[in-house]
Amino acid sequence: MTIRIAAPDTAKKGEVIEIKALIQHPMETGYRSDSKGKEIPRDIITEFECSYDGETVFAANFFPAIAANPFLTFYTKATTSGTLEFTWTDQDGESWSETHDLTVE
Amino acid sequence: MMRACLLAFLTVTACTEASAPDTTPERTRLAPGEIRSGYTFLQPQTQALQDDDFANPGFLWVDRGDALFHEAAANGKSCASCHGEEGEELASAAAHYPAIDEDSGELVNIEGRINLCRARHQEREPLDYESDDLLGLTAYVAYLARGVPMSVDISGAAQSWYEKGEDYFYTRRGQFNLACSQCHNESWGKKLRGDTISQGHGNAFPGYRLEWQSFGSLQRRLRDCDSGVRAEPLDYGSDTYKAVELYLAKRAEGLAMESPGVRR
Ligand code: HEC
Ligand code: HEC
Repeated sequence: MTIRIAAPDTAKKGEVIEIKALIQHPMETGYRSDSKGKEIPRDIITEFECSYDGETVFAANFFPAIAANPFLTFYTKATTSGTLEFTWTDQDGESWSETHDLTVE
Repeated sequence: MMRACLLAFLTVTACTEASAPDTTPERTRLAPGEIRSGYTFLQPQTQALQDDDFANPGFLWVDRGDALFHEAAANGKSCASCHGEEGEELASAAAHYPAIDEDSGELVNIEGRINLCRARHQEREPLDYESDDLLGLTAYVAYLARGVPMSVDISGAAQSWYEKGEDYFYTRRGQFNLACSQCHNESWGKKLRGDTISQGHGNAFPGYRLEWQSFGSLQRRLRDCDSGVRAEPLDYGSDTYKAVELYLAKRAEGLAMESPGVRR
């Protein structure tokens, strides 16, 4: 799964920073059938979490109505230099992660 | 049902306005000054998605292609080792495809060229059409040429391919009995279902279609247009679709490459 993260590399202490996260995923709803009429099984990401220096700063639950290749934008306050870790988990518990280092001046 | 009614409606309009159902459509052409990218027919929100290099989901495939471009094959060669670390040598290549491959004398599109390089220079198996890996490499190579005006060579061995593509473009097909030209030359700007019919240029592809919820090649788009008139779509990589790609590229001469484009 290809992941794209956009977040600043450096920020001032107390600054509100914008974070964008995009992952390649079909988000198959389970409500569609293929050309032969056979049901296409549901295959969706159910959870997303972003932790900052070990602490969760943003989390979301996903449902079948979320489009393929889900794209999230959210904000957090820069407090200390540390690692942002992004994790997506699917309905079967499989997960994908990416990290981004942030330096706070 | 809705789709059938509207398409049938369009058939009627196209027929009464253009020509009787069983006649060959007139070879109308777009005037050079009126050539417009499909982008100009999109809703502002869709244009904004294409314009944002982060939010544009096509970049998921560009990134994948970038990684594959730098991955060495068993023989030690990566695409980057021959074509430059940033793909400098391919800065405009995609805007000149399809083109004749000198070794075989055959017409190859950009997917075919990438697979030839894998076989000839990396001793690797060809990648399947519409696999994420081939889409990724195509997306990356096309992205390198973003903004470059399309310009293909239709002289010499390419000429008969061009003519074959042109014939396909003006031939009625499918249950609706419509030629490409009847929609994209004679009816652009008109509405069809929720869409505004564009001039049918290929400069956004490979691209992301919201309807697909995924990324796809130009040939996947052509298969959609053929199915749209209830004709049997041709196989991926078929000679005829390659010829149509060449015809479309010449027809769109001068239009800037947009891949990874976003379309409805
Ligand atoms: C019934 C009308 C109709 C016919 C016939 C038709 N198309 Fe299309 N085509 C559409 C519609 C609608 C779209 C999507 C909106 C748009 O961009 O025009 C489309 C899109 C396209 C696009 C993508 C344009 C873009 O900017 O995204 C290409 C390329 C194309 N058609 C080529 C063809 C070719 C080649 C043929 C003949 C094999 C053909 N079409 C036949 C209606 C048609
Ligand atoms: C060992 C060197 C080598 C490697 C590795 C290689 N190529 Fe090539 N590539 C060439 C040569 C040489 C040509 C000119 C055509 C030919 O001789 O096959 C070419 C042509 C091309 C072209 C067309 C350029 C044009 O202007 O027409 C593209 C696009 C391309 N390669 C992409 C790739 C990609 C993508 C990869 C990796 C999957 C790759 N190549 C791997 C040597 C290489």
